[in-house]
Amino acid sequence: MKKIVLHGRRVTGGYAEGEALVTHDTISGWGGINPQDGTIIEKRHELVGKSVKEKVLAFPGAKGSSGWSTTFHIMRLMGNGPMAMVFKEMTSKVALGSVVAHIPAMTDLDQDPLEVIDNGDWVKVEADKGRIEVIKKSQNTEGTNRIKSITELNKSSRKKVIAFKE
Amino acid sequence: MLLNSDEQAMLDGKEGLDRQKAMELLVKYGEALGAERLVNTNNVCGGISGASPFVRKFAAKVRNMDAVFSEFNLDSGEGVKIFPVKASSCSLIQGMDPAHWQIQGVAPDAYEFNMRKERFYARIGINLMNTCAPYLIGNIPVKGEHCAWMESSAVALCNSIFGARSNTEGCESTGAAMLTGKIPYWGYHLPENRLGTHLLEVEFEVKTVMDWGLLGYYVGEIVQERIPVLNGIRHFPSFSSLKHFGAAAASSGGVEMFHIVGITPEASSLEEAFGKRPPADILKFGKAERQETYYKLISSATDRNVDFVVLGCPHYSIEQLRQVCLLLKDKYVHSNTNLWIFTPKAIKDIADRNGYTKTISKAGAILMTDTCPALGRVSPKGVKVVATDSAKQAHYLPAIMGFQTWFGSQEDCILAAVSGQWRGELK
Repeated sequence: MKKIVLHGRRVTGGYAEGEALVTHDTISGWGGINPQDGTIIEKRHELVGKSVKEKVLAFPGAKGSSGWSTTFHIMRLMGNGPMAMVFKEMTSKVALGSVVAHIPAMTDLDQDPLEVIDNGDWVKVEADKGRIEVIKKSQNTEGTNRIKSITELNKSSRKKVIAFKE
Repeated sequence: MLLNSDEQAMLDGKEGLDRQKAMELLVKYGEALGAERLVNTNNVCGGISGASPFVRKFAAKVRNMDAVFSEFNLDSGEGVKIFPVKASSCSLIQGMDPAHWQIQGVAPDAYEFNMRKERFYARIGINLMNTCAPYLIGNIPVKGEHCAWMESSAVALCNSIFGARSNTEGCESTGAAMLTGKIPYWGYHLPENRLGTHLLEVEFEVKTVMDWGLLGYYVGEIVQERIPVLNGIRHFPSFSSLKHFGAAAASSGGVEMFHIVGITPEASSLEEAFGKRPPADILKFGKAERQETYYKLISSATDRNVDFVVLGCPHYSIEQLRQVCLLLKDKYVHSNTNLWIFTPKAIKDIADRNGYTKTISKAGAILMTDTCPALGRVSPKGVKVVATDSAKQAHYLPAIMGFQTWFGSQEDCILAAVSGQWRGELK
């Protein structure tokens, strides 16, 4: 199976993987996400009602209030934050938010992440190496069940599953 | 990132643990941004977000404000003793009015936390301005001054109207800047990043504060965090109009800087506003765009029975309070409606002297300080339908509080407060 690899700049370091949540709308932190459960609450947002919790969040960038970082800070302390962030436009809000969320984040990618990554894809963010690996949901012939099961396996067996699919 | 010797000394802990934690955060933040160095700042506006119940729960657990500041203003899980600030610092808008917290529906523990926080701020030398509009009460940055401000609407004015230099900072970066007098040299601190990106031909004759709000909301949504250049403004805007414009553009998008040709300090001409780079896009604001923006702003509202009217976002100036008093004279707020007006405490002192506070309370309205409904999540009990003259509140209240929200002029709002009915329309 073909995997898609993107290269870019590390914003904050670390490694994480998870299911992608993708939007083409910029995200408001304070007043845009409820930190109690990570749900997007902005009325006219593409992802209204969806939670960022434990997702690899792919989005254009940050907008709105300067409480952006505090929202991601509180979500982290409550355990409701995303696993990693991938975004296109650097701003002070999204940079500080990535730092205080204590998760890997990347930007300046060699392909448009919002074109390449779809909702439900499995995304590995290796921020220190400047590398993102995308396993398409549609190319996962066994269906989404296998991707879901990956989360429950330990790291070594997870590698086997992916190797098997390749 | 390259550090000066004084920055390195702080990072090495030579000025104490609090300065060390602050520098550690600034280095991580600077690296995330891709900044090459830090810059000195002596003008920092920030605060601890006390409006969040989670922060209060955290404070109740750790039982000391040093640990709260360490976590929420320095991103340090280790609570360290905080020593007085290095940079000139002030607190921004807070979660409640300490004189009206009970009417605002604030819980006693939240009030207690607020007062503990004030005592802590005072102890470390943060000036208690408690407003989203610090420029109304004495914090007027000098052109070219490097600042570290939070509050998106204040940042937009700091850059655009005063010609000072600030990115939109957060609680953690302002906390670290207060202690160290440093902030990453990135974004709007660099002259080349301050040039316009989008040309906005303003075809509709924008005169009123309300129209400036619509214009700001329109352009913010399109340009997001880029820099619009307004051309064709024929009526000289009041400061209230610009304050409203900046707040609206910073809510619908992320506008941190704008130029108005012939008016703002870095746009004496179109050439100065854009430098040598042509605009990425040319937009227009005409009758159709104005109308479309108006209907977007009132899209949450259907019920015309208004039970809550909100004025003073961004916090009202003394002149805006005078206008309210002229409209409220010999009138009385409808029995099914509440009228709350928000201003900085320092301006309320002038309103007290001028008799404005008395006029407002005689009409059955309340003049409040330190907070606003969207930030403090404060409102009268049982509210369903709100009217406001602020595009920013109209943007946030439906999402944060679930209120149907009407948007209009100050006159529309006073009329709604007095009649209990929304009759505003786009004239």
